[in-house]
Amino acid sequence: MAERSFKAEVQKLHLGTGDEFRGEGILAVTKALFQSGVSYIAGYQGSPISHLMDVLADANEILEDLGIHFEHSASEATAAATLAASVNYPLRGAITFKSTVGTNVASDALANLASGGVKGGALIIVGEDYGEGSSIMQERSHAFAMKSQMWLLDPRPNLPSIVRAVENGFALSEASNTPVMLELRVRACHVHGRFITKENRRPSFTLKDAIENPVRDISRIVLPPNSFLHEKEKVEQRWPSAVRFIEQHGLNEFFADGTDDIGIIVQGGLYNTLIRSLQLLGLSDPFGHSRIPLYVMNVTYPLVDAELRRFCADKRAVLMAEEGQPEFIEQALHTILRKADLPAHVHGKDLFPMAGEYTAPVMMKALRGFLGLYRPGSPAAADVADAAGCERPAQLAASDGQVHPRPPTFCTGCPERPIFTALKLVEQELGTHHVSSDIGCHLFSILPPFDIGATTMGYGLGWAGAAAFNTSETAKRTISFMGDGGFWHNGLTSGVGNAVFNKSDNLLIVVDNSYTAATGGQDILSSKAENPLLATNKSIERATTGVGVDWVRTITHTYSIEQMRGALREALTTRHKGPKVIIAQSECMLNQQRRLKPQVRAAIRNGERVVRERFGVDSDVCTGDHSCIRLSGCPSLSIRPSTDPLRRDPVACVLDSCVGCGLCGEIAHAAVLCPSFFRAGLISNPSGWDRLKASARAIVIGYFQDRMDRRERRLGVYGK
Amino acid sequence: MANDAMTAPAKAITIAVLAMGGEGGGVLADWIVDMAEHEGHLAQSTSVPGVAQRTGATIYYIELFPEAAARAAGHEPVLALMPTPGDVDIVIASELMEAGRAIQRGLVTPDRTTLITSTHRVYSMIEKMSMGDGRVDPDNFVEAGKVAARRFVRTDFAQLAEQNGSVISAALFGALAGTGTLPFSRDNFEAAIRRGGVGVDPSLKAFAAGYVRADAHNTSAMATAIEAATRAEIDPGPALAALAERVALEFPKLVQPVLRASLIRLADFQDPDYAAEYLERLQPILAIDQRYGDGGFRLLGETARHLALWMSYEDAIRVADLKIRRSRFARVANEVRQSEGQLLEIDEFMHPRVEEVADILPSGLGRWLLGSSTARRLIGGSRVVRTTSIRGFLQLQAVASLRRWRRNSLRFQAEHRRIADWFKAIEASAPENYELAVAIAECQRLVKGYGDTHVRGNASFDAIFGALPRLRVAGNPAQTLRRLLDTALADDSGKQLRLALQDI
Repeated sequence: MAERSFKAEVQKLHLGTGDEFRGEGILAVTKALFQSGVSYIAGYQGSPISHLMDVLADANEILEDLGIHFEHSASEATAAATLAASVNYPLRGAITFKSTVGTNVASDALANLASGGVKGGALIIVGEDYGEGSSIMQERSHAFAMKSQMWLLDPRPNLPSIVRAVENGFALSEASNTPVMLELRVRACHVHGRFITKENRRPSFTLKDAIENPVRDISRIVLPPNSFLHEKEKVEQRWPSAVRFIEQHGLNEFFADGTDDIGIIVQGGLYNTLIRSLQLLGLSDPFGHSRIPLYVMNVTYPLVDAELRRFCADKRAVLMAEEGQPEFIEQALHTILRKADLPAHVHGKDLFPMAGEYTAPVMMKALRGFLGLYRPGSPAAADVADAAGCERPAQLAASDGQVHPRPPTFCTGCPERPIFTALKLVEQELGTHHVSSDIGCHLFSILPPFDIGATTMGYGLGWAGAAAFNTSETAKRTISFMGDGGFWHNGLTSGVGNAVFNKSDNLLIVVDNSYTAATGGQDILSSKAENPLLATNKSIERATTGVGVDWVRTITHTYSIEQMRGALREALTTRHKGPKVIIAQSECMLNQQRRLKPQVRAAIRNGERVVRERFGVDSDVCTGDHSCIRLSGCPSLSIRPSTDPLRRDPVACVLDSCVGCGLCGEIAHAAVLCPSFFRAGLISNPSGWDRLKASARAIVIGYFQDRMDRRERRLGVYGK
Repeated sequence: MANDAMTAPAKAITIAVLAMGGEGGGVLADWIVDMAEHEGHLAQSTSVPGVAQRTGATIYYIELFPEAAARAAGHEPVLALMPTPGDVDIVIASELMEAGRAIQRGLVTPDRTTLITSTHRVYSMIEKMSMGDGRVDPDNFVEAGKVAARRFVRTDFAQLAEQNGSVISAALFGALAGTGTLPFSRDNFEAAIRRGGVGVDPSLKAFAAGYVRADAHNTSAMATAIEAATRAEIDPGPALAALAERVALEFPKLVQPVLRASLIRLADFQDPDYAAEYLERLQPILAIDQRYGDGGFRLLGETARHLALWMSYEDAIRVADLKIRRSRFARVANEVRQSEGQLLEIDEFMHPRVEEVADILPSGLGRWLLGSSTARRLIGGSRVVRTTSIRGFLQLQAVASLRRWRRNSLRFQAEHRRIADWFKAIEASAPENYELAVAIAECQRLVKGYGDTHVRGNASFDAIFGALPRLRVAGNPAQTLRRLLDTALADDSGKQLRLALQDI
């Protein structure tokens, strides 16, 4: 089960003609898919498109109604291959994943798909994880569209435009027999807005029709000589028909054209930022009435040469606002104008930075530069001497220097934290090791306080990333990490199978927390939860031994530092030759708490005996060394000012957000740290026996405490 | 209730919420959007959560636009998806450093931004990890807020929420209503909470508390806490009356609070005689300071403070003694919010190694124990002691009662030998270099903690102490020594200290 329930959002997917949908961009896309008569949807979760997957997981009823098959694909490659259903049949299909990482994984299938082409509309919805908040390498999906000849939509980031892009995307795909990519930036996926809905549409040709009446067309298969024909087909038929469709249906938009002899060409996704920048420069009103002509490319590939020529024909100069690198569109624009012998100057990356997100300040700077060249003396151009030139007041500079980065980290009570605590302790005994990391929450190990992990080569590729370190010249082993998500995504073959095959002697730690936790806690094959729609509870250990690993240890309680450290020590020192795998298994605490909290509250309400455990630190025993924090890093383990009048260093403390996972006690034990930690068990609705014990204790303990109180009174009050 | 953003209707009202994952920034944004949509506004909100939901810093950004103005213009407004410096009406920060981040990013500008921030601190990992005190000065953020914002609303909204049994987002929503910067009434705000339908009553309570605090200009929580600690009542009891009298008569006023606290601490650690020895020990330092000091008595003050801490070192007796007190039981009950009808169990994590056991034995026996491999096998191992049970309590009580034999213990003798060496070094340095003597006194900071931590601290102390002769002849020894101290406290592997010592 995903970490958010979308039961309420699912209701919005039922809206009919003329209703108003209010909600998140990615959910509007989902609704648009239903309105477009889609037959199947598949994908792999990841920011920023996780919610599309999550809402469909909660929308089984409506999917059945519409005869739509929805699949949690094993990987992005699986999702892309799923589109094969649209090759021979008039079936509309959509897939989704995070890009460019997901597109990288999918590219083999996508290239095959694009080569043969499609009959039914095929839509690839990519969440472009670029700029602020991104967790991946900064690349463009644009390159994939160009290399495989797929079309790329980049609509203006408002719900009506995004919904239109989905509907037009299918039609464009069918008109040009080409898969279409719909690129949505992070903020567009999460933008809350509204649009007027249409009735959901059940496809006229269904999966059942296809299965019962199979069709094949060998000319669609990528094998010589067809592959050579495909290339010809792409440039001679599909491309021109796409351009024709885009032009005829006005997918790209002109604003204020003909009003001036300079203009701006912009990717649709950047439109809102451009308008706000123009507005702040006094060149637009809030409704997008620009005083400079705009050509908005809701389709960024292929380019419509005729439209570009038309826009530039009456202009002295145009500014190309194109985010990311290299500047594919700008280069193409130069070619188009040169061939047409049009004199308009083209500006772009000369005024914009080559790399990085185009925020409003970046945009405004480029606009000022552009106006400076062609409207010298205009107020907007004169505005150049902005805040950047001014000295920052001392108070602000002092504050700026004290703002620490606050990267994401393991949650309170996370079962992955103790794995790295144990590794840190083992490294104190055996020295440091080369550690190859993977993608997932466990990658937070590379940050303080753990500082563990040297490289990450992609999802599920943790062990593959250490493949070279396979030599008999040393007995020292390398350590690799992989999450359960990455394991099933590809790590079982790319990592485990590869290590067996190549006789690796190294160690893999599979972090198994029962979910793909980093993407929002979706179920996977090895999830412990029973899921009515998916087959879960499949064993990672059996899969591992199945491909031939002899040395496997499963730790079912990662919080036991003793067990974790023991397994790690053994794996790194055993004389057993061959690949070694430790499966470190404990449920994601975020999901566990979400599951248990309501149950506990209900139990307390019903008068049941419930013990809530949490940890604490005795502030008068703590000496303020903070070793515990360096070994744990738990958000609920913090510091506070010492109340001891003689001590100045802050002491450790446990915040009330503590979930009592037990790691603090384990660390205190295993690292022989400090007796400051205590575990408090708070008993709600105590039993008669509890109460009887309590009264007996009050008498005995009370006697001694009275005596101690008298002594304390004789000595005086010390800062309490 | 109206402000500029409203009187100029053809402009979006822009709001940025800076929060950490899991702090309810999303809930706050949802309330604002829902309220605005109900009250005739177009609302757009975005965020870049990504993995930042896992406690990382996140910005939620909201734009509101009056629907009537859009109708009048016959067009939908084009709303931005990210805040632009200089174009933000309201910034809400859920924590003080996040307010600093908003200011750093230029989102808070004096011409238009109302900055609402909670003054509590959620410490960053860098601050928490330090081996000493790694906290930044929160006043810097407050001072910056005063300069950067048009209007600056600050109070400890986290505490306010907690007092009202709710979450910080509700208290901040109340403060937003209280500032009157949005064209909505208090009823509109409260209706949004009701429509949200989750924890409505406590949210409304926290909202109301936040509402009235919109004009608050409290100082930061940390400053208050430090102040409280220094104001703490220190009042020697009848058994220490004579010693307290001596402090009042013989010692300068400046150091009297430290000395009074030390007397109680040491008498509590051992007995009043121990406190008397402490005072006796300080006499020569007093004389030295009077002769070589500048009247600020820093040497005396620092030596007094560190000597008291060192003399009340942490052994098993001390720990057991602190764990079984009534005041400690009460403190734990308060911390875990024990309520009427609930019972409390307290478990301790003890891991006495042979070293800790030998520490509290008579020195001869202790030394034998350390050398005996048989004993090593029998003693030690981690265990959990339930202090609230009769059995567990009596175990700790028995250990605590070893106090009367502590003076003969192995650890006592070892610590006092070390104290004597340290003291000699202070006395010897003071006449020729007062500042160096103060720095030597401060070296006691290294000697703290338990088990491995204590061993490491002692090792650093010894390493630095071993370098003292070389330091004395080098230039500016006090400054160098302090730098070494900082180095030792910056890296718990000891590597940096070793490197720094090689350079001397």
